[in-house]
Amino acid sequence: MTFLKTLKTVTFLCAGLALAACTDPGRFDEGMSDLNGGMGSGMGSGMDGSASDPRSPAYFQQSVGDRVLFVIDTYNLTPEAQRTLDGQAQWLMTNRDYNAVIEGHADEQGTREYNLALGARRANSVQEYLIGQGVPAGRLKTVSYGKERPIEICSNEACYAQNRRAVTVISVGASS
Amino acid sequence: MARILAQTFPAMRILALLGLCAGVFAAPVAAQNGPLRLEITEGVIEPMPFAIPTFVAGAGGGGQAAQDISTLIAADLSGTGLFREVPASAHISRVTSFSSPIQFADWKAVNAQALVTGAVDVDASGRLTVQFRVWDVFSGQELGSGQQFVGTQDGWRRIAHKIADQVYSRITGEGGYFDSRVVFVSETGPKDQRSKRLAIMDYDGANVSYLTDSSSLVLAPRFSPTGDRVLFTSYESGFPRIYVMDLAGMNRRSLPSQEGTMSFAPRFAPNGQTVVYSVESGGNTDIYTMDINSGASQRLTSAPSIETAPSFSPDGSQIVFESDRTGRNQLYVMGANGGEARRISNGDGNYGTPVWSPRGDLIAFTKQSQSRFHIGVMRTDGSNENLLTASFLDEGPTWAPNGRVIMFTRETQGESGQAGLYSVDISGRNLRQVPVGSGASDPSWSPLQ
Repeated sequence: MTFLKTLKTVTFLCAGLALAACTDPGRFDEGMSDLNGGMGSGMGSGMDGSASDPRSPAYFQQSVGDRVLFVIDTYNLTPEAQRTLDGQAQWLMTNRDYNAVIEGHADEQGTREYNLALGARRANSVQEYLIGQGVPAGRLKTVSYGKERPIEICSNEACYAQNRRAVTVISVGASS
Repeated sequence: MARILAQTFPAMRILALLGLCAGVFAAPVAAQNGPLRLEITEGVIEPMPFAIPTFVAGAGGGGQAAQDISTLIAADLSGTGLFREVPASAHISRVTSFSSPIQFADWKAVNAQALVTGAVDVDASGRLTVQFRVWDVFSGQELGSGQQFVGTQDGWRRIAHKIADQVYSRITGEGGYFDSRVVFVSETGPKDQRSKRLAIMDYDGANVSYLTDSSSLVLAPRFSPTGDRVLFTSYESGFPRIYVMDLAGMNRRSLPSQEGTMSFAPRFAPNGQTVVYSVESGGNTDIYTMDINSGASQRLTSAPSIETAPSFSPDGSQIVFESDRTGRNQLYVMGANGGEARRISNGDGNYGTPVWSPRGDLIAFTKQSQSRFHIGVMRTDGSNENLLTASFLDEGPTWAPNGRVIMFTRETQGESGQAGLYSVDISGRNLRQVPVGSGASDPSWSPLQ
């Protein structure tokens, strides 16, 4: 196959792929999830709005508190976590144009598979609590990243404690 | 665009390799029962000295290939830790013709117990023909019979690996593992911004090529029993789902999954048609099987605990998996259709990622105990636990096709921590890093090609 011919094939395939990505209805807003929770950068994008606007996702992230932390190998909510989630529930009930994906994370101690399952338990604990506080289940999704997305990178408890987390990532609801 | 280019090249090479074919050279079979035999035992052994003079290049050329192939065969054999090469500088005899009689006294004098001789020729169309013989120096007899492989020049590494497999096999009486590949996750970037892509390479780290780009997080690829397909977990949809990729065409598709659930930790059953995997729903993780063609699934466990990392026995009758039903992760075995599971691990600490050996006699696992991680093996009833490694983080064993060697992920500690691939034999000897050229994790070893 000549280089030119290869290039043509490649271009054709890329066009096909891009189209598939645009029309895939199951596709979730990955960019946003990475920005807020996946990498835990805390940077606000234009979509997040101003942190001083209580209706903005940026406000949710910074003032309400978008994450709760867990004790090692557990997924039950501490009283402190429950207070944060009370605030999250209230914000979500007030700002009905937004949905949320709850990301569960684990520290690096443990195997990849177990940590995926553990992160799912943590995300589920948060989801159930928020539903219990009146947030409609249909507005909440969960995903686990296991130990794949640490925000702190040292290998001791100070970092592990920050990585054992569930982050509530706000996204624009389908109805808006 | 880079994504498709990266995928095109390995596919083209795979096609090229299909051109490689093996044929038996019609040589008279020498008397067999030579005393040369290396028994691979659990005890410490002295590596067997062998010599492999550079293969003789034919009239059509092939000098470079002869050098490369001889060197790679020697590297394969020495890399097992079971053999030690007598260096060329110590050789007394020179082998200048493949058909000349062997001067056994000269090889005895340098204490080579096994001798591998060979010849390489290139024909007008550029095809390589490689012949070889294996000799028992002390009895002066040939081990097995002469054989030849024919292939493209690009495929010289595969020819060398096939010959090394033959040599290994004739001396140990066991199957080899050199002509095999490994799929794994290539990792780049710091710990908090790590990119992962699926990659494939030869067992020794050569010929790395990529199967996906780094736009989506991918985890834990697993070879099919025939080495033609790979299962893996990808976050492409935003949520972990299982995909199957056909390596010849690089086509992939996701296995059916229910909205709102995660599916992960897939492995093929020995029939190549059934997949065993984990599904998380409502925070609870259990084990399922699916027929990969029809998409029909069957739930095998239903407990509120975590059940994950399932692996079939090579006869397809049983499944080993990990569960935290007692509060700690332990290993359990159940029938291929579920039912009552019996616990097989009994030590302190957490056990995970069990993998049944291709021989069926052992289960490899990850053990976490007192802040250390180990790769270990145990019999299938849980007896004779033997920890082969210890480090800050070792996990995810995979078996060489002959069940003698295990490859796994080792991650180093701290801010600059990086994952790499290591191999160790099942007696805990010969720990070595597999040179990959980037961070790497989650290896899965193919069957012998």
